[in-house]
Amino acid sequence: MPLKSQHLLGLEGMPREDIELILETASTFREVLERPIKKVPTLQGMTVANLFFESSTRTRTSFELAERRLSADVVNFGVVGSSVSKGETLKDTAQNIEAMKVDMVVIRHSASGAPHFLSKVLRSVIINAGDGWHEHPTQALLDMYTLKEKFGKIDGLRIGIVGDISHSRVALSNIYGLRAMGAVISVCGPATLIPRQLGDLGIAVHYDIDEVLCNVDALIVLRIQLERHAEALFPSVREYHLRYGITRERLEKAEHPIAILHPGPINRDVELSADVADSEHSLILQQVLNGVAVRMAVLYLLGTARSDHK
Amino acid sequence: MLNVLLHNGRVICPETNTDDMLDVLILEGVIADVGRSLTTKKSLETHDLRGKIVAPGFLDMHVHLREPGYEHKETIETGCAAAAAGGFTGVCCMPNTNPPIDNESTVRFVKRKAAAIMGGLVDVFPIAAVTKGREGKELAPIGELYEAGAVAFSDDGSPVANAEVMRRALEYVKMFDAPIIQHAEEVSLTKGGAMNEGFVSTAIGMPAMPPIAEELIVARDIALVKYIGGRYHVAHVSTAGSLELVRRAKTQGLRVTCEVTPHHFTLTDEAVRGFDTNRKMNPPLRTQDDIEAIKAGLRDGTIDVIASDHAPHSFDEKQVEFISAPFGIVGLETAVALAITELIAANVLTWLQLVRKFSVAPRSILQLVVPKIQPQEKANLTLLDPEIQWVVDVNKFKSKSKNSPFHGKRLTGKAVGIINNGILHLTKD
Repeated sequence: MPLKSQHLLGLEGMPREDIELILETASTFREVLERPIKKVPTLQGMTVANLFFESSTRTRTSFELAERRLSADVVNFGVVGSSVSKGETLKDTAQNIEAMKVDMVVIRHSASGAPHFLSKVLRSVIINAGDGWHEHPTQALLDMYTLKEKFGKIDGLRIGIVGDISHSRVALSNIYGLRAMGAVISVCGPATLIPRQLGDLGIAVHYDIDEVLCNVDALIVLRIQLERHAEALFPSVREYHLRYGITRERLEKAEHPIAILHPGPINRDVELSADVADSEHSLILQQVLNGVAVRMAVLYLLGTARSDHK
Repeated sequence: MLNVLLHNGRVICPETNTDDMLDVLILEGVIADVGRSLTTKKSLETHDLRGKIVAPGFLDMHVHLREPGYEHKETIETGCAAAAAGGFTGVCCMPNTNPPIDNESTVRFVKRKAAAIMGGLVDVFPIAAVTKGREGKELAPIGELYEAGAVAFSDDGSPVANAEVMRRALEYVKMFDAPIIQHAEEVSLTKGGAMNEGFVSTAIGMPAMPPIAEELIVARDIALVKYIGGRYHVAHVSTAGSLELVRRAKTQGLRVTCEVTPHHFTLTDEAVRGFDTNRKMNPPLRTQDDIEAIKAGLRDGTIDVIASDHAPHSFDEKQVEFISAPFGIVGLETAVALAITELIAANVLTWLQLVRKFSVAPRSILQLVVPKIQPQEKANLTLLDPEIQWVVDVNKFKSKSKNSPFHGKRLTGKAVGIINNGILHLTKD
């Protein structure tokens, strides 16, 4: 088995060699995406079910493209109008789909640990496409791929993550992945949106974005959920933008170029101003393209390990 | 009627300050004699209890029997069978049934049902609700409930959240000298939480409940007790901070007591990594520092009672994503063994102290007769094998539910039988 685990549930505890293997494999598939015929027969005959219990356009489409480019058969399951809205449990939904001889399940769910739960009740390969506030491993992998592509390496890179850290699976997966790959990580955001004991994971915690910008090579900007102000977590979008919004003026004050990443979708002029999102600093569209390649790599490595076992 | 000689057991009785190898002769269900090498009629049923402990019957004062209303999880019958298997001659059942125990009919129903099970082997003492429907707004008919047989009052499952309601409850209950048992939780701080707030909850991205949610209510309620009086008992205490508050209240002479569950002195929130819903309960598993504080609290008497908070849930109910699973684990059949394993070998408690926590203290708090091992006392005894090594197998539980985190765990010590209400019940596997 090329990777330590038969599933991709998260990056916590993933050995550095596994991350490197995924990134190397992704770079091969990245080349496939430049060809006129963007398809390889690698997963022909395999069936992948996309179980998205949270609505998502970009991640779902990215996974679906990756699956189809590997020639897998794809089944999509969304929540609206499904049996879940009729009260069917996650376990029953997943087992029913698996009963139709599905080999791999890509799951996005609002409950932290849902992919782990499925890995205990299903026989399929499980790929976590985002579970609650826990992990979003393929997002962090594509972020790392994009950083490596830009800077040539990740060791020693100074990476900042800004936004609602408490509720961000993108932040946590990036922390685990970047830490394994030797990056120096800082997080920044309002104190109400940073977990009290996050520093114990070995990263620096800041509340002042301008301070952080002076000391990072790249910044991962997280989407702020506009409804959180109703939970007494921060006063308003306006205040968030004033204190943490990444604008051209803010970046210029840093006096050195900073690469900007964002998992999408962007709240333009909240966490990121429109001109920065579209500027030469932004790696956002590269992230999207790399996302398909990284997901192809993950599906390939886990899928072929599964068929080797049969 | 029960006529039996218990021969050669180690009799441990805190009330008579006994810890000695003694015979116990029981005639007509009453202890006739306690002494060395008692001689009796040859035909008398005799049990050789060499190597075993004979203690006054254990009472688990925090058990959810689920009947009426949730019989798929447990019934009074299966709950009593589980209690007997765990070494308990008595349990107190919590009122979060359906209908809740907030009316005297339900109190009488529970008592009547229990009396018919296994010949009345296990005494069941209902704890009635503090407020109507456990909604936290209006007082339940406390007087009528007390007369019907309720021994204490609690909205357990939920806190009595409103300070005015708690004040009036403490004031009212003074007339009956029964305790209010509080599930201490400031719900505005724990909304959506599924585990302890700490490093582990951060590392696994799980919505969490901070320890101060328990401590704030304990602090508030102790201040109310100081102002108003009444008797107050903290259910399932779980944090070092709460224990500090209880300790201080006791030194001030306030009538504040508390209990701890065995899982809270055995497991930390690290056990939640892996998302096993059999590690999900409320209050949640906390940190190693809290375990150390609990052990210190057991030793210095801050913690009066060990009680299981036996909370059965069916397999399907627990086979869901962590955040959606109901809180609670079963505990009647592992409580005593966990206490022996975690507290005796590590010298946290002596045997006399452990027996006090299970047998004497809960009954004192509830104004129930404390069983003594001396002549003319009704025979109410727990028989233990203190040394036996065994592996927990949930499939052998007498409880209807198997939601325990201890399946497969090797434990030391086990109940081997109980004697109560004229019946000798030996556990068979």
